[in-house]
Amino acid sequence: MTPLRVVGLLALVALALGPMLPLGAAQEYIWHVIIQIFLWSFVGNAWSLMGRFGLVSLGHGAFLGVGAYATVLFWNYYGMTPWLGGVLAVLVTVVLALVVAYPCSRFQVVGHYFALVTLAVGEVIRLLIVAERDWTGGSLGLTLKTGGAASGWWTLQFADKRVFYYVGLAAWLFGLWVWWRVDRSMARSAMEAIGEDETAAASVGIRVTRFKMAITALSAALTALGGVLLALYLAYVNPDTLSGIGVSLRIVFAVVLGGMYSLLGPFVGTALTIALSEYLRIYFGIKLIGIAETIYGLLLIIFIIFLPAGIYGSLAEAVRRRVRRAPGRVAIGT
Amino acid sequence: MIDPIFILEAVVNGILLGGVLALLALGLNLIFGVIDIVWIAYVDLVALCMYAVYFLVTHYGWPLWLAGLGSIAVGALLGAVVHLLIITPILASPPINQLLATGGLLFFIQSAATLFWSTDHRSIRVSMPTLEVGGIFISVTRLLAFGLAIAVMIALYVFLTRTYTGTAIRAVSQDREAIALMGARPQRLYLVTSAVGGAMAGVAGALLIIQYAVHPYFGGAFGPLTFMICVLGGLGNMVGAFVAAFIMAQVISVGGVIVSTEMGYVIAFVIFIVLMFVRPGGIFAKRA
Amino acid sequence: MLELSQVTAGYGAFTALWDVSLRVAIGEAVAVVGPNGAGKTTLLRAISGLIAPRAGRIAFEGADLTGHPAYDIVAHGIAHVPEGRRLFPLLTVAENLKMGAFLPTARAHFRESLERVYTLFPVLAERQRQRAGSLSGGEQQMLAVGRALMSRPKLILFDEPSMGLAPVMVLRLFDMIARVREGGFTILIVEQNVRQVLKLVDRAYLLEVGRIKVEGRAADLAEQDFVRQAYVGL
Repeated sequence: MTPLRVVGLLALVALALGPMLPLGAAQEYIWHVIIQIFLWSFVGNAWSLMGRFGLVSLGHGAFLGVGAYATVLFWNYYGMTPWLGGVLAVLVTVVLALVVAYPCSRFQVVGHYFALVTLAVGEVIRLLIVAERDWTGGSLGLTLKTGGAASGWWTLQFADKRVFYYVGLAAWLFGLWVWWRVDRSMARSAMEAIGEDETAAASVGIRVTRFKMAITALSAALTALGGVLLALYLAYVNPDTLSGIGVSLRIVFAVVLGGMYSLLGPFVGTALTIALSEYLRIYFGIKLIGIAETIYGLLLIIFIIFLPAGIYGSLAEAVRRRVRRAPGRVAIGT
Repeated sequence: MIDPIFILEAVVNGILLGGVLALLALGLNLIFGVIDIVWIAYVDLVALCMYAVYFLVTHYGWPLWLAGLGSIAVGALLGAVVHLLIITPILASPPINQLLATGGLLFFIQSAATLFWSTDHRSIRVSMPTLEVGGIFISVTRLLAFGLAIAVMIALYVFLTRTYTGTAIRAVSQDREAIALMGARPQRLYLVTSAVGGAMAGVAGALLIIQYAVHPYFGGAFGPLTFMICVLGGLGNMVGAFVAAFIMAQVISVGGVIVSTEMGYVIAFVIFIVLMFVRPGGIFAKRA
Repeated sequence: MLELSQVTAGYGAFTALWDVSLRVAIGEAVAVVGPNGAGKTTLLRAISGLIAPRAGRIAFEGADLTGHPAYDIVAHGIAHVPEGRRLFPLLTVAENLKMGAFLPTARAHFRESLERVYTLFPVLAERQRQRAGSLSGGEQQMLAVGRALMSRPKLILFDEPSMGLAPVMVLRLFDMIARVREGGFTILIVEQNVRQVLKLVDRAYLLEVGRIKVEGRAADLAEQDFVRQAYVGL
């Protein structure tokens, strides 16, 4: 067992035992923050499946929003259990993703164009939610109807945060597993080739359109699942917190901050950004509305300028360089 | 059924709206076409200029036309500052970092505006008459804004085609090294481009504050619309953006009258996505 | 007029020029010849300021221009007609020429310079409003030279001007360069077409793998074996 594996295993055990530890009066709040970190990291990982291959989407809020709203709407209006509603929500999102991905993949809509097209999609969804306020609640949002006596595993509504802790942990680990599988698959090499030179990739027989659509569908499905879980956990959905450009940018920021090309990058980035915004919110309270966000925005700009590889990426690079220069190794040339 | 006179009115208003939207799109496109970076926060800069005009008029008692000039100055300054502080360090970074840098600026501006000026909607009362032409009502304010927008766009055209600096700006987007061989400094040209783009945002801000209320999330309303127009016209294509702006404005205006204001926007976005299917490079895609 | 002393230059980890020294006196026409990849283009880019030398010194009319940026070097009077022309394809012929006169000193004499270019190249006057990208190869070369002339230079650098031109055009090209030279400009020309260029210039250098191998009067070099070999090899 390599030292890294041991550390990983210990961390896993610690996480599994987490809720058992007495954390004092603030424990509900701490669990709340940790659950958010799990779920948003899961979403971040999903985004990075596209981002790492050059498909920079600024519209993942669309997938998140559709997943979240569909689940709530199915339950509120049709009494459909979230087990089914969630699956349907994910399916609907995948359809949406394929509809958008098809022209983009087939006609080489890449780079800035792709980013702006996805941005537009994200906004359409948000606008639709707001426009159809009669059944979506518009800008005021929609609350998940309580299951009342039927609460529990059927409705996936729990009073005890600890259940969601494990749900979040499981989702996050699942997301990591999917990322790891993609990383090891043929798809990864194909996507990297596509990312570097689509025409060249096509000329060696790589089915460019198929791969792009597949990875988009996967990313969208996982993001939608994240939306489903967030909707169930928060029991409230709002077009500005779960769709639109704001949330899309936040997702991307967290991932790029942490490091887009690494397994734990999204987690590191999300944990830091959530911790930061929570800290700022507590520190400033309701004293100066907007100051937390202002500092957040400023720090993001500074980070992008000075740490382009992200925190995790930069650290990993620094560690690698140290290892190369370790004593006892002879450096040949420069 | 809707009285055709309302549709006609919507068409006219659509044209008037198109003028201002075209101005927004051209400013964004100018910067992208030359520097190859999309300022995600562009419309938020416009919002800042709107605030500038608002405060100059209501708190300092400036006449509107003077505040408009002030807005242009503020816009040009903002454009230059953003370019120097944020864009220059990331010129060589991968596109995603560039998008995020200007995206971060968007967050920053929107929250700073909330911090300083709260989420209140602020507008300027402009008492101008309403013209009646053949049964349809046209707001003189909108007419004026349209006229000024067109005038500014003509001025931009003259600048880009008749002056040395303007032509050099077009040249640097085609071959950066070659223009350096002629004695022009590419970095300086980029700075001028950003300042001009900012100045146009300033004009747009002045024209918008007399029609709409400003609030910190104004960029969220007009921003995506502006991006859509640019993509539709072909990113970097000035003529394309101009045409696309009017097309979109018509959809929003007429759709707004037939269904509802919000659905007008939704329809516009959906049409955009459909057009992306048909012409992914934009309806006037620049042929490489 | 132009003096390079032991200039070393390259791109990233790759060094293309090693210890290159050469001179061009006022009024001279000098050629640098050599095979593909010898570093000829790098040489001109180092002189015109597109790349900065790693070592050595570049002096023009006594002033040290080593490492100065391109926009400054052209202000001192060195114009570079780049490899592949590098015209602004979407700008018209007239606009390309206008850009050639970007420098303040050049702008002051814009009309005059434009007259001269149009007299030298009447076809450019005819095609004033045409987009540069739609011109033929020969016309593009003329435009590139004309554009360089607009900056009112003292020294003109030609980078592989015959590249991509039909043989008939190549003859006309060297004719044209001879006329430019007669106009009083000093010329430094880099070429693969050894035989033709040696007829045009006074002196020449042979550059191989980044180093100057031979230097001499054009007439003397034309007799040498390597020229014959190069011609046959072409």
